[in-house]
Amino acid sequence: MAEHLIEVKNLKQYFNVGKSSEVRAIDDISFSIKRGETFGLVGESGCGKSTTGRTMIRLYDATAGQVLYDGLDVHAPKSQSENQTLNRKMQMIFQDPYASLNPRMKVLDIIAEGLDIHGLVKTKKERKERVIELLETVGLNREHAERYPHEFSGGQRQRIGIARALAVDPEFIIADEPISALDVSIQAQVVNLLKELQEEKGLTYLFIAHDLSMVKYISDRIGVMYFGKLVEMAPADELYRNPMHAYTKSLLSAIPLPDPIYERSRVRHPYNPKDHQYGPDEKVEFREIAPEHFVLCSEKEFKEMQAARM
Amino acid sequence: MTKILQVKDLELSFHTFAGEVKAIRGVNFDLIKGETLAIVGESGSGKSVTTKSIMRLLPQSSAEYKNGEILFEGKDLTKVSEKTMQKIRGKDISMIFQDPMTSLNPTMTIGKQIMEPILKHQKLSKSKALEQTINLLNLVGIPNAESRYKMYPHQFSGGQRQRIVIAIALACNPKILIADEPTTALDVTIQAQILELMKEIQKKIDTSIIFITHDLGVVANVADRVAVMYGGKIVEIGTVDEIFYNPQHPYTWGLLSSMPSMDLADQKLYAIPGTPPDLLNPPKGDAFALRSEYAMKIDMERQPPFFKVSDTHYAATWLLHPQAPEVEPPAVIIERMKTFPGSRYYVEQTGGNA
Repeated sequence: MAEHLIEVKNLKQYFNVGKSSEVRAIDDISFSIKRGETFGLVGESGCGKSTTGRTMIRLYDATAGQVLYDGLDVHAPKSQSENQTLNRKMQMIFQDPYASLNPRMKVLDIIAEGLDIHGLVKTKKERKERVIELLETVGLNREHAERYPHEFSGGQRQRIGIARALAVDPEFIIADEPISALDVSIQAQVVNLLKELQEEKGLTYLFIAHDLSMVKYISDRIGVMYFGKLVEMAPADELYRNPMHAYTKSLLSAIPLPDPIYERSRVRHPYNPKDHQYGPDEKVEFREIAPEHFVLCSEKEFKEMQAARM
Repeated sequence: MTKILQVKDLELSFHTFAGEVKAIRGVNFDLIKGETLAIVGESGSGKSVTTKSIMRLLPQSSAEYKNGEILFEGKDLTKVSEKTMQKIRGKDISMIFQDPMTSLNPTMTIGKQIMEPILKHQKLSKSKALEQTINLLNLVGIPNAESRYKMYPHQFSGGQRQRIVIAIALACNPKILIADEPTTALDVTIQAQILELMKEIQKKIDTSIIFITHDLGVVANVADRVAVMYGGKIVEIGTVDEIFYNPQHPYTWGLLSSMPSMDLADQKLYAIPGTPPDLLNPPKGDAFALRSEYAMKIDMERQPPFFKVSDTHYAATWLLHPQAPEVEPPAVIIERMKTFPGSRYYVEQTGGNA
């Protein structure tokens, strides 16, 4: 068993390859996620964070690079049974609880779909019992099984989405902005639920979000993405205490906090990619500035940052 | 301290197939000239309905003003004719909507959309109106306004579209600007730019803003005063410092504690249990009582009136009644109260050598 459950190596995802409209949604990123860890991925819309999650679970085929799940290449050709096992181990929770549940299916059937596909239940009775068990795990109750998605509030729907992901006993869950569509008070409920489940079942999470305060709260390590590239990666506390990359600094300085006195004195640092001024022969790569703290920078910038840290 | 808008005992219901939904159940507030009043609350608390009722944008077939008045320049907006309302809308009171992707007309150039209120309300010639349109685009920070006014909404990014929506709202120098979650659909960096823009413009044209949001960080940034809404009522209202550093209502406590703070990690996040009340059958007593651990017997039976905390700060909770037992707010709230002179947990700061 490898220490890292997930390893992403030089992953690239280009859309419209060869056309003038080529988009480099993910441009050569590498990171790994340890067993039982929560890895947060943040960045503004269009930076490629959702594409990363979707490529990792093979909703898209990667243009280049590898995603290793426990040593097994997700994108390599595999037999159907190998694919099925992998699909059971990786699950996804989607952003919009209003769009990610089929409105014409009962909650019972939505949650049981994975059970049916993987042949995890033998009888109808067992199927229903398992669904009820799952509903109770996520804080809903047995009566909810016979209802349709429209009868639920946003927070409840997101719980159904979580129950669906949990149905096949996954080890790794990709949560793509699971709370952005919810109210503040409900966000806290869902985040607490995710944390409890992680402790209970030893789950590993990739948590994608643009709400940085929530990401810091739930993640062990955080990666910051900007225009398809990972610009900084560090343990959550370290990233917030010592942001190194100019973009991370700008992102952190833009978060409004529920503290009027702080807000009156907050200074925003706008980010301009042109400030970097990389020369043609400068190598811009991921460099480790402190243990487990990586920054995308050139040799010269690296030295400046090291000096600043002293 | 001129009051530009007064909302008094406003009650509004929607008639639906399921019955009467009491969306607003007695809302009172004043808007002072030049201030920003933030209305916070979760979905279904009635914050959007309140502002839409000021603009009279609710469907006449189902929405009914049950009681109360909305006074603007001596007129009661709940009673004036639709024709008068049309003269006010977009001119004296204008609105910025939540989603810049859907609030612009995709088949009209943005120049035309900005010019629309100018031509309708100010009776300018087309060339004058165009000049003003370009000025507005410059004001909200759209580069190359002279050529870009001919473009369509899809040619702009989300942040730029919201700037255009703001330009439309500002076209006639409104006295009141209602912003309904103007930054919820935007990224943090773009959100910060839009908030800065709104504050800058407010200073320039001295307008009053009603700012609706559920993001308390944004409230702390923009608001002068804050009204917290729950279950179709305002449960607490005060200056921004009073609400953030000396909150009195258990719902405000819950809201503030459910935000993760940047320095307090590893604690379990406080989550308000349960869901908001069903306004089809609103609870008899305090609407928040069923979700509150501080609820008393009287909360189930009678709605609390407003208790005065200071001249500017009022909260509707029985906990402030002289006969109520003294309760201890959550730890995070006590931390906040320690910094506020006048709160019962205030700790005097001893010049830095503590």
